[in-house]
Amino acid sequence: MTQPAPLRTTPLNATHRRMGAKMVDFGGWDMPVSYSGVIDEHNAVRNNVGLFDVSHMGEIEVRGPEALKLVDYVATNAAAKLKIGQAHYSGLLYEHGGFVDDILVHKVADDHFFLCVNASNQDKDYEHIAAHNRFNCTVENAGDRYAQIAVQGPRALETLQKLTPVELAPIRYYWFTDGTVSGAKARIARTGYTGEDGFEIYVAPADAPRLWDELLAAGAEFGIKPAGLGARNTLRLEAKMALYGHEIHSTITPWEADLAWIVKLDKGDFIGRDALVKQKEQGITRKLIGFEMQARGIGRDGYEVYLNGEAAGWVTSGGPAPTLNKNIGLCYLPVDRCEIGRTIHVMVRNQPVEAVTVPTPFYKRAK
Amino acid sequence: MYPTNFRYTKEHEWVNVEAGTGTIGITDHAQKELGDIVYVDLPKVGATTEKGKVMGSVESVKAVSDIYSPVSGEVVAVNDLLTASPEKLNEDPHGAAWLVKIKMSSPDDVADLMSAQDYEKYAGEE
Repeated sequence: MTQPAPLRTTPLNATHRRMGAKMVDFGGWDMPVSYSGVIDEHNAVRNNVGLFDVSHMGEIEVRGPEALKLVDYVATNAAAKLKIGQAHYSGLLYEHGGFVDDILVHKVADDHFFLCVNASNQDKDYEHIAAHNRFNCTVENAGDRYAQIAVQGPRALETLQKLTPVELAPIRYYWFTDGTVSGAKARIARTGYTGEDGFEIYVAPADAPRLWDELLAAGAEFGIKPAGLGARNTLRLEAKMALYGHEIHSTITPWEADLAWIVKLDKGDFIGRDALVKQKEQGITRKLIGFEMQARGIGRDGYEVYLNGEAAGWVTSGGPAPTLNKNIGLCYLPVDRCEIGRTIHVMVRNQPVEAVTVPTPFYKRAK
Repeated sequence: MYPTNFRYTKEHEWVNVEAGTGTIGITDHAQKELGDIVYVDLPKVGATTEKGKVMGSVESVKAVSDIYSPVSGEVVAVNDLLTASPEKLNEDPHGAAWLVKIKMSSPDDVADLMSAQDYEKYAGEE
């Protein structure tokens, strides 16, 4: 018998334990799943502001005169379109068109791109990118050099503004700037995984505990709450943001996952392009669709979906939507039988429970 | 915290036996571990239960958790309050948010269950 590897921890682990968070093993990381309760934290982010430790996320730095060429070769979106200080969502694919990971690409300089990748994929992503580095770039697996804290919600800007001389209001959605927060060097990106306005702040690990405490103090007047991975999941699901291992994985392509908008076939060659071109010509057979439960019961990750009494797909993510007060989910269905308004049945503990396909996102914030 | 007239299971149910009928619920420890409870699935009146077997489930935002019947018998009452207000299980798990009442077929079924004192120790160590 081999011993399980010890859980990895973020620089805020002691903080979470001191504050009484409920901790779980999340893909090998010891992470807070909730503090005051998933629904309470979810509502804090929708209505006011919430604070997340997302230091488990990985960072990969790509540097060199041909950094753009490498990023454009390994990722699906058009990195050449990014301006310095701009970020976008993108995909890393295998040759066969399935996902290695979904990532955020930040253009720091013409010769420097900063990638934010999923925690449990960071080593795989790094190896994938390094293996395709025929552009003589320096590729660094830099997760250990960064902590990441997300401040999310309609009062996020006011909260963070108290701690930084950087004027936050002019930073547009999916842009970032380098500056200081509480005197610590920080990369401040107006990005997030909640469907709300907010910022993701990258700092040195040693600065994270102090920053966390100061952000909680700064947001106290707005009702800030520390939030865990439970609320992060309900928030992102309402906003229909994909989660690796659920909506996307190695056998799912961007066409199937409703992510055509992150694929730029006209930008030139990239890994997976041939497979995507071929699949586009042939047509996809399954597609990601949103649903709402109609009868009592909650469709959850992995449950089968039936059409006219036959197994036809599966739920990728499902659960209660606290903002909508409904039970929602995402599922893969045959592309010829997935139109909006179709009655489907989710198998909940061997019982078919009625649901209906609906447009997504389930939740969109008022601008 | 844990009523001394109840008996407790390792799966974190409680049973309160009065005149051969056991009122069943989940413990305060269980509701805390689950977090926000959003759905409760219970057997119907007239259904039979078997000690140690799954008789229903409780769902939090994050997860589904089975409920094991602490005793064998026939379900004689189901707490309808939980259909509309499953969150009551977070508020009053030992009182208003009982789950079902079971007319026990064997009074000995509770003999091997834990006392309040033993359960408190058990839940604290888990």
